[in-house]
Amino acid sequence: MSVNGQSGTGPHEFASPTTSGAARPVRRAVIVGGNRIPFARSGGAYTKSSNQDMLTAALDGLIARFGLQDERIGEVAAGAVLKHSRDFNLTREAVLGSALSAETPAYDLQQACATGLETVLGLANKIKLGQIDSAIAGGVDSASDAPIAVSEGLREILLDLNRAKTLPQRLQVLSRLRPRDLAPDAPNTGEPRTGLSMGEHQALTTAQWNISREAQDELAFNSHRNLSAAYDAGFFDDLLTPYRGLAKDSNLRADTTLEKLATLKPVFGKSLGAEATMTAGNSTPLTDGASTVLLASEDWADAHDLPKLATVVDGEAAAVDFVHGKDGLLMAPAFAVPRLLARNGLTLDDFDFFEIHEAFAGTVLSTLAAWEDDEFGRTRLGLEGAFGSIDRTKLNVNGSSLAAGHPFAATGGRIVASLAKMLQAKGTVEGRPARGLISICAAGGQGVVAILEAL
Amino acid sequence: MTDKYTTLVNQGVGKNIAKRLGLPQPAVLRRFKPGQPLVTGPVLVQGNTAGADELAARLLSWDLDVRRHAVPREKLGAIILALDELTRPEDLEKPVLSAAASLRDLGPSARVITISRPAAETASPAQSAARQGVDGFLRSLAKELRAGATANGIVLAEGVQSTSPSALAALRFFLSGRSAFVDGQFLTVATEQGHLPPDFEKPLAGKVAVVTGAARGIGAAIARTLHRDGAILVLVDIPAAGDHLAAVANEVRGTALQLDISRADAGQRIIDHAVQRHGRLDIVIHNAGITRDKLLANMDHGRWTSVVNINIAAQLRINEALLASEHFRNSPRIVSVASTSGIAGNRGQTNYAASKGGVMGMVRASAPLLAANGGTINAVAPGFIETDMTARIPFAVREVGRRLNSLQQGGQPSDVAEAISFLASDAAGGINGDVLRICGQNLVGA
Repeated sequence: MSVNGQSGTGPHEFASPTTSGAARPVRRAVIVGGNRIPFARSGGAYTKSSNQDMLTAALDGLIARFGLQDERIGEVAAGAVLKHSRDFNLTREAVLGSALSAETPAYDLQQACATGLETVLGLANKIKLGQIDSAIAGGVDSASDAPIAVSEGLREILLDLNRAKTLPQRLQVLSRLRPRDLAPDAPNTGEPRTGLSMGEHQALTTAQWNISREAQDELAFNSHRNLSAAYDAGFFDDLLTPYRGLAKDSNLRADTTLEKLATLKPVFGKSLGAEATMTAGNSTPLTDGASTVLLASEDWADAHDLPKLATVVDGEAAAVDFVHGKDGLLMAPAFAVPRLLARNGLTLDDFDFFEIHEAFAGTVLSTLAAWEDDEFGRTRLGLEGAFGSIDRTKLNVNGSSLAAGHPFAATGGRIVASLAKMLQAKGTVEGRPARGLISICAAGGQGVVAILEAL
Repeated sequence: MTDKYTTLVNQGVGKNIAKRLGLPQPAVLRRFKPGQPLVTGPVLVQGNTAGADELAARLLSWDLDVRRHAVPREKLGAIILALDELTRPEDLEKPVLSAAASLRDLGPSARVITISRPAAETASPAQSAARQGVDGFLRSLAKELRAGATANGIVLAEGVQSTSPSALAALRFFLSGRSAFVDGQFLTVATEQGHLPPDFEKPLAGKVAVVTGAARGIGAAIARTLHRDGAILVLVDIPAAGDHLAAVANEVRGTALQLDISRADAGQRIIDHAVQRHGRLDIVIHNAGITRDKLLANMDHGRWTSVVNINIAAQLRINEALLASEHFRNSPRIVSVASTSGIAGNRGQTNYAASKGGVMGMVRASAPLLAANGGTINAVAPGFIETDMTARIPFAVREVGRRLNSLQQGGQPSDVAEAISFLASDAAGGINGDVLRICGQNLVGA
């Protein structure tokens, strides 16, 4: 905010017109900063918090950090994967409950675990095109406060009952009720087309790429160690606002060791022929939480005296045919990243940070294995050989989902804000802006990836 | 945090019973609200000094109802006693006794304010005796006043006019409801510096102020009061208090800075945030503090070092960064929260009292450093204030703590905030290195 409080686009003010239509140049979309609430293991600190409560809290923390009270933001987009039907306007309701101007428009978006990153990309594109000057992207999920639906049988009976006009008609409808209709229909993470849970799907992929238990445990250990060190260094002081007595992610085990992780029993892939390797330690737990990211045009950020951490360079979505077993459920990023990098004339060597979402340790390691595999490179990516390998010291340097937890739609915002801060701190590398790659896999065989660059 | 006893004895049956039994009858104090008149009735200016005449003229220009002679049985809002030309102790009698005749005409929450000179070594023994006499006189009178009335004094350094900006600002502060819980205290106007605001309702307009420990209690009250007075706020608290901090920031339209002030780079982080986000830094309020009470016999390293580190060492480090910064040179203001524990001592608080005594020592020694850039540094020393912290004191101890002052009640967080806002204002530029107690004239201590 400027000292006199006069800057910015107030209610019903109009941005000054630039060139009209197609002639308007594409401009940069910058990440100003972010805010999330600590992530809580489901059934923990946020058991009684709804998606709307958590998203509102994350928004209010962002507003407080950047002085956005009563500001009319260009657009807010967020979403949740596990969503009650009453939350049809979740994001707009959260905006109305926040300290933002009530004249801030909002929309909901849902793309499974890629929801958060997709809101960033969609809003960044609107900023780049000059449609809006500022935006807040976000996501929230509660596995604790998940919707529970009535059974299909009961649902049909209740709807028929509503349509029945006379008492005999109503009695007749009710007579169809059977005890089994009363069993609730709880949500599950199973894939509708295969009936397999996400963990079982990943277990197939993990086995296919021969990812060892030790490698998975080491990735999980690094995640906890890195996240813990980041907290100790104060890295999250301006990325996170406590909520309901929680000031750190409750899944974080700062004192975990490789030995402790090695003692955990496998939970996925037990029915496979090969030895099961996926445990509760190298898989993400069900988690509650919310995250937000403030995006802006450079002019808007300057006018509001706000920091510019990084730019949203480009993004790419991909999907795989996991239904027929052509690729693993969570392997879409293995295809999205090569396409994205080719479009931008970049290789894996051109990045300083890799943020590969740890749905499961096996997901990250299978993706990296695919990129390092000659045959996969030739036959699936159409390259002359392997796509490439990454410098592991650049991977998830401040921890990722295995330690922080993974409230599905909130993970994208967590990663984008953290990476933007890391890029700004890094500044330039060999004369070019520091660069980071984000990769997030999602249910339905999808994946969304993005490139951020320091300013 | 409500004082149920005070509510009880101010209405109906409770009022009657308390009166008959001779129980304490704390008054409901007049506290400042925007738009409120400065005083509740006519202001009687006593004393035949040049300073009194000039002051009376200035009060008239504020549209106050000014009297130079008492009108019998007329309810008064305030008595100003000009004692700035005393040469020997005998000089005190005439103005004091003429004021005495009007004491019974003081209305509820009225004010008695003395204007005097310091009993410095440079004065003759007789003059110094007369001047020091004002101190004992005023503190005793404060204990005699009833119904929320208070008595406070303004001490004008040699050569400082009674109409200098800070003398007038101090006078307005003492007259107003902003000083509700300040009683029996003196403010020294050391220089003619400072200037009165264009709008007395917005004395901090355009100023960028940092408040530490702003997530709750007194810190949150300071944030609200500074916001009301026109300041743009940067609110600081430890990351773990971030949710409360965000709520206060959103209420006062400020920015929240989650920061542990005991970090080595805290001062620089505060300066960078204020300058980048708000373009400047004018005011820093050191409010963050902790208690870790234990009798000294049971004291350990952890309790001692954490209290000293956060309550005083962190302030010293931050001040060093502020003083070294080119962004803190335009009439900067620092106000630190000390405590009456640091003056009078408190059982079980050796660590806390040492840290708060330290704050006052720091303020005195830092005053010349701030003055070099037209700045000031002062402290406030709260007594018993009604907060979450004091609400946890056992009932009996709490009742004693509350009543043992001339106003027979605890203060509100806003009372501390009002004094801080005053000391942080441009108008208070002539007050430097001072400590103002906000304790309702607590019976312990100086």
